[in-house]
Amino acid sequence: MISDQLPALVIVIPMLAAPLCVLVRKPIVCWAIALVANFLVVLSAWALFEKVREDGVIRYALGGWAAPTGIEYYVDMMNATMLLLVSFISCVTLVYAYKSVSKTVLTSKHYLFYAAWMLCLTGLLGISITGDAFNVFVFLEISSLSMYMLIAFGTDRRALTASFRYLIMGSIGASFILIGIGFLYAATGALNMVDLAQRIPDAESQRAVLVAFSFLTIGLMIKSAVFPLHGWLANAYQHSPIAVTAFLAGTATKVSLYVLLRFFFSIFGPDYSFGAMLLNVVLLPAAVAGFVLLSLVAIFQSDLRRMLAYSSVAQIGYIIAAFCLASQSGLTAGIVHIINHGIIKTALFMSVGCILYKVGHTHSHSLDNLMQKMPLTVTAFILSGLGLIGVPLTVGFVSKFSLISAAMERGWWMVGALVLLSSLFAIVYIGRVVEIMLFRKSRTETPAPVGRSEAPLMMLVPMYVLIGISIWFGVSGSTTLSVAADAAAALLGGYQ
Amino acid sequence: MSILGLYNYWIVIILMMAGLYILIARYNLIKKMIGLGVFQTSIFYLYISLGKVQGGSAPILADGVTVYSNPLPHVLILTAIVVGVATTAVALALIVRIYESYNTIEEDEIKAIEALERDL
Repeated sequence: MISDQLPALVIVIPMLAAPLCVLVRKPIVCWAIALVANFLVVLSAWALFEKVREDGVIRYALGGWAAPTGIEYYVDMMNATMLLLVSFISCVTLVYAYKSVSKTVLTSKHYLFYAAWMLCLTGLLGISITGDAFNVFVFLEISSLSMYMLIAFGTDRRALTASFRYLIMGSIGASFILIGIGFLYAATGALNMVDLAQRIPDAESQRAVLVAFSFLTIGLMIKSAVFPLHGWLANAYQHSPIAVTAFLAGTATKVSLYVLLRFFFSIFGPDYSFGAMLLNVVLLPAAVAGFVLLSLVAIFQSDLRRMLAYSSVAQIGYIIAAFCLASQSGLTAGIVHIINHGIIKTALFMSVGCILYKVGHTHSHSLDNLMQKMPLTVTAFILSGLGLIGVPLTVGFVSKFSLISAAMERGWWMVGALVLLSSLFAIVYIGRVVEIMLFRKSRTETPAPVGRSEAPLMMLVPMYVLIGISIWFGVSGSTTLSVAADAAAALLGGYQ
Repeated sequence: MSILGLYNYWIVIILMMAGLYILIARYNLIKKMIGLGVFQTSIFYLYISLGKVQGGSAPILADGVTVYSNPLPHVLILTAIVVGVATTAVALALIVRIYESYNTIEEDEIKAIEALERDL
């Protein structure tokens, strides 16, 4: 019985938790409500994932209104994976958030923080699950508006300007997506994604479809921070509360990348997007320039959060490059990297958050000898940093290996070589920080005796949970690869 | 005829470009929001124009009426208008907070202050 309603529950639970937080107002109770709600969502997403894996696609008519009239939720392997990833990362980060938020955000504002978090989760899950093009826009705005609010909770006043700039860029991106959906509706008369996919082949010759395609491309590139349009990301990641950064890095851009996949592969179809529209002429140079240049830029950042933000843009470059291959192996590599990078980057930002919690800043040049003070945090940073670089037996290796082999399959030798080059840059920017934390002696004449002072357990445990998972996914790469291969097959197979 | 017949789309294009231009060219944050508002309004016009059927009446069942305009884009745009209002509200709240902490809402001045802070 209840298992039939799972697609709705995934959205309804966090959506109800948000107003409940606003009504209750007591910080710890709000946090508990948010956490319980989020945990239930993870369970529902897990059940949904298992169900889709066994029985295939689920089509859920919301409110009992069948597809062309009503809004439909369409769950295949691709979005079941996204639902599980987003809800899980959010849940783990929420556990982590309590301590760091208590320290940086005014206690009287906590209930708003958790309410915004729940709304943001609702939006992100909604984007992932819906099978209706206009519904994507609505959920996109729900998640973005609450994201602007979450970013503005940052302690620094620059958080406000970062949030405002993100709002401007995000609104332009969302408006472009809205225009694109409008033109698609004009050309086909459908908003349901399955109907759109069926009708677009007949409407392909219309100018409106071409215009829709261009607007959607630019809008989604802004939203997922693809290289030349990534301007909003660095400031937003640097100045928002660190728990929000960890949440944002693991989920927001990933969900936008999912929408990009959905539109280009399921709705327009790879033959149209990458064949007739030559999408990879636009996307591939942007992706390659992104992962080479931004990895290089990351080396010169003295602030850890900013460095990791630029590295995120570089990782999005890898994912886009993998999509450009438009083949089963390429998509598998891209999706596997969405999962792996989501986990790794969240863990990295968590370790930076622990440093921020104890040291009070994240300037890499004055973190000398941090290993003695915070061994667990530094170990976590090193372990997830190795994953980011792509050392064998880590998740980064799994995704980079599959990306490079997919590129070789297509004969794109340059792309493979440039991936390796940018991995070398990653060694430099992670290694530079690790060298300071492990080996550099304190510059003061008589170093004060350093006692151990670790971050609280409530921050360390979630971080190590993510690292444990990333090691598991790294050692047995087939776990995620088989899921990603199923998801890629679902995308390439089109709607049934 | 065809150019004049599509005059509502010309309005959409003009408004859209004007809005986008204000958004890019103005430093004052409030003016930026006005630009965003104009830009979003142009999209509302676009959707409403899509739903109009030549000679169609309001989609209410009545005797003697056979052609109806499409109500769906209007419903969609009601949602988009709500989203636009929410965006403006959040942005204005942010501008108030920015003014309180920077004492200015001119973006070039804010940038100068931030550049100064970075050097310290």
